[in-house]
Amino acid sequence: MIPEPTPKTLPDQRALTLWLLALVVALFIASLVVGPAGIPPGRGLLALFTGQGGAEVLVMREIRLPRAILGLAIGASLGLAGAAMQGFLRNPLAEPGLIGTSAAAALGAVLAIHTGIYASFALALPLMALAGAGLSVGVILMLAGPRGNALSLILAGIAVSSLAGALTSLVLNLAPNPYAASEIVFWMMGSLADRSLLHVALALPFLALGAALIATTGRGLDALTLGEDAAASLGINLTRLRLKLVLGTAALVGASVAVAGAVGFVGLIAPHLMRRAVGARPSRLLAASALTGAAILLAADIATRVIAPERDLKLGVLTALVGAPFFLHLVRRMAREV
Amino acid sequence: MLLTLQDLTVRRGLCPVVEAVSLTVAPGECVGLIGPNGAGKTSLLRGALGLLPATGHSSLAAMTPDARARAAAWLPQAREIAWGISVAHLVRLGRTPHLGRGLDDDGAVTHALGRMGLAQFRDRTATQLSGGEQARALIARALAQEAPLLLADEPIAGLDPAAQIATMRVFARLAEEGGAVIASLHDLGLAARHCTRLIVLSAGRLVADGPPRAVLTPDLLAEVFDIRAHLSDTPDGLVFQPLDTLHHHGGF
Repeated sequence: MIPEPTPKTLPDQRALTLWLLALVVALFIASLVVGPAGIPPGRGLLALFTGQGGAEVLVMREIRLPRAILGLAIGASLGLAGAAMQGFLRNPLAEPGLIGTSAAAALGAVLAIHTGIYASFALALPLMALAGAGLSVGVILMLAGPRGNALSLILAGIAVSSLAGALTSLVLNLAPNPYAASEIVFWMMGSLADRSLLHVALALPFLALGAALIATTGRGLDALTLGEDAAASLGINLTRLRLKLVLGTAALVGASVAVAGAVGFVGLIAPHLMRRAVGARPSRLLAASALTGAAILLAADIATRVIAPERDLKLGVLTALVGAPFFLHLVRRMAREV
Repeated sequence: MLLTLQDLTVRRGLCPVVEAVSLTVAPGECVGLIGPNGAGKTSLLRGALGLLPATGHSSLAAMTPDARARAAAWLPQAREIAWGISVAHLVRLGRTPHLGRGLDDDGAVTHALGRMGLAQFRDRTATQLSGGEQARALIARALAQEAPLLLADEPIAGLDPAAQIATMRVFARLAEEGGAVIASLHDLGLAARHCTRLIVLSAGRLVADGPPRAVLTPDLLAEVFDIRAHLSDTPDGLVFQPLDTLHHHGGF
């Protein structure tokens, strides 16, 4: 008789959450004290909390604090949205941009740059990006129908993404001058540099709303492990679950793109990193993936400042550069296990 | 009654795949739902649960989703396990309609695992089990729901003979304990031996309903299944063995 393999004991969930929390807090502080101004960490933090120290207070409160908050909040949002999307579609390759929100939000932002209105009113860019995200949600829900299944949602998302992508290319194509074109291209690479507390105030309500909507989907996502029919028979209202998911993901991703541009791979990688540690349960993955996303984005944003402080290395470029090979590694590991 | 259907009709487009089926299922019944491929077995079960739009009356479809989930468990034919969760967590999904109600969820999971002979599998990754073991784990999930009525769509397809018999025994036991089971089956031999009642569907219509001995007549087998078979009472119970096709409909 072949002996049973010893059961893999899951690491204690609470310990995992605490470790991730500690990591995120450490990276948040690191994000506050790293920067081209070269302020000693102790003095910087003191200036941040006490408001004593002139220019240092300004740097800490107006430049680094918004940047660190956005890194934390957007990273968490992308990680959360990615975990929810993968759970809902029961596909580890799903990412938050799949339903077309990021492409539509980017289109809105690109239009704001193209028309130049953001030069006179700085918040026009994120506001137009949010409008694009909102519009895409309406189109998605219309295309996929009120009772549509996961497949119709994916197809509707691909349609919206392609259309928004094509329109973005059209705007680039018709750019009035090379400066506008390069501005659009650089914006699309994603960055947290030079964001203000106004950006934070604009994005946070949407991020909080999205997180609150997604946080209630855990039980439904778990039940979906058995397929849509079995989940429905367990009392899960799939129509409502899907609505919460689409609205929640759109709020998270739309607001993220609106203030940071397109930052890829975080929403795809974060759930993968944590899936095994939480025993693959979709509900447990939500919080772990959100914390991991926050850690990844904070670390990546610090790296852009450390690696090439003079060159304004874009955040989205870095996450893709590091994310893609890492993703390949995960795929290879998965292929070996099957 | 655990289930009452009155003139239940399920349409795919304009074509009715289940037509005006009326029946009731009482506690203590282990019902085998039989009929050839495409007879409408799955559509009848899903229509009864309210998972497919249907006309007529179904006592289950009339309930709220929450109440229905506590009244009836559903085991779909597609054996889907999307993530590599542990067998215990998989079975625990059956407790979804009960969570937060102060019931003994862990006890129900352990009991269901024990019934399906999976006690030593509880910490294994569900997706790494063999197909038959996964099927048993999914049956255990439905058992953990502890609903009075279990609707199962081809629950024993692909199981080894011992697991098929053991599963039918579990279903018969559920009925003896005061529940009821409706299982769609293709193995008429197991249906004849373990079910208290057989319901025969043909082209969407209910054509026979009663104890196995009364239902499995040579005429019905010829008319509905296009086969002839050997049927006899033995000390071990009813023995049914299909012998040959009749090619009434031309065969293949």
